[in-house]
Amino acid sequence: MPNSGVEVLFEGSNFERLLGGLLVTIEIAFISIMIGTILGVVMGLLRTVPTRSLRLLLRLYLEAFRIIPILVWLYVVHFSFSPLLHIDISGETTAILVFSLWGAAEIGDIVRGALESMPKHQAESGKALGLSKGQLYRYVLIPQAVRRMLPGAINLATRMVKTTSLVVLIGVIDVVKVGQQIIELGVIKAPNASFWVYGLIFILYFLVCYPLSVLSRKYERRWQS
Amino acid sequence: MSLDWTFIADSLPLYLDAMWLTVELALIAIIVSMIIGLLFSLVLFYRIKYLSGFIVGYVELSRNTPLLVQLFFLYYGLPKIGLHLSEFDCAAIGLVFLGGSYMTEAFRSGIEAVSSSQLESGLSIGLSKVQLVRYVILPQAFAISIPSLGANAIFLLKETSIVGAIALMDLMNVAKDLIGMSYKTAESLILLVLAYLVLVLPLSLVLTWLERRVRHAEFGG
Repeated sequence: MPNSGVEVLFEGSNFERLLGGLLVTIEIAFISIMIGTILGVVMGLLRTVPTRSLRLLLRLYLEAFRIIPILVWLYVVHFSFSPLLHIDISGETTAILVFSLWGAAEIGDIVRGALESMPKHQAESGKALGLSKGQLYRYVLIPQAVRRMLPGAINLATRMVKTTSLVVLIGVIDVVKVGQQIIELGVIKAPNASFWVYGLIFILYFLVCYPLSVLSRKYERRWQS
Repeated sequence: MSLDWTFIADSLPLYLDAMWLTVELALIAIIVSMIIGLLFSLVLFYRIKYLSGFIVGYVELSRNTPLLVQLFFLYYGLPKIGLHLSEFDCAAIGLVFLGGSYMTEAFRSGIEAVSSSQLESGLSIGLSKVQLVRYVILPQAFAISIPSLGANAIFLLKETSIVGAIALMDLMNVAKDLIGMSYKTAESLILLVLAYLVLVLPLSLVLTWLERRVRHAEFGG
């Protein structure tokens, strides 16, 4: 049993560096969720329009992310942009691009679901009360839609944070990469480092994702109609 | 840009081998984690002391950490405390560790969705707790759970794309190596996407169909 070796986590600035690496992944997830939400709301609204071909196209777009793994899309962008399109983009940009497009598809589906599940009488009652179109959206439709969307959106955020761990495979210096560097550097002095480093990374991810899961469940229970 | 068809034909066997590995891993992951999920959800239903607490903890830990980190811990971390596992075993264990919690949740919510009047009716005609589970709860819970069990199966099949990170020659690594050796980027990536399409699309279509079928099995539905 490695009753020693845990010190490697606190040697020099190792701990801070690991946290810094974690921040890189969280940043990628955060930016992607922001962009994905903006695009996704538009996409969700478009998925409720009467134009069949547009709805089908957006449905196919969503299915592309549901059927092909995200790592495959990361590889496709990572390997094809510079040799085929002659555009050099960094690992971070690749990740943000792929995660934003994925987020847009999923948020779009959540928005569509919320809009379609809204009982018709809500809008009709609002109109009957004499609300203007702006008031109808501001006081009746949007608050209810947000309630229906929030648990799913937080859930997606958790999934996205977990999936950002894949960015190490396209060369981003994230928490896993920093961990690998620490392990390689201490290969003689701290041969058991990989147990502690990966153990810590495991716990760090849990500490980020668990509160999000709890939050999502709380809203789900509170707003179950 | 035109595609090199000879290259595609030559590298097809490599992709087929890797697809087989993916299918193997996914089947193990799906079947074993469904068994675990069923057992664990029953433990939660019976509220078995200590064991329930342990399962709740496991579910949270498994669902809130990425598979990649779980795999790295199994593959690079555990040998340091004397536990050596092959790449394939690590991948299988990692996928089961991940899938077990998702399947537990799927079965649990299915069991919870069986209406309480069903339970009460069962008890009032004198069924034992085991009979109640066997004849009343499980048949209905299973029907209710099918959509989420199916979604989990697809999820696990897609998650196998990560096992290349611990040096298994899976589809991702086949594509990566071919790009590195031959610079046939477009061909390699197209084959990669097609391989996953062939693997996942049929399952996805079968489940959509199945979902519609089992809706008839629900009580009062």
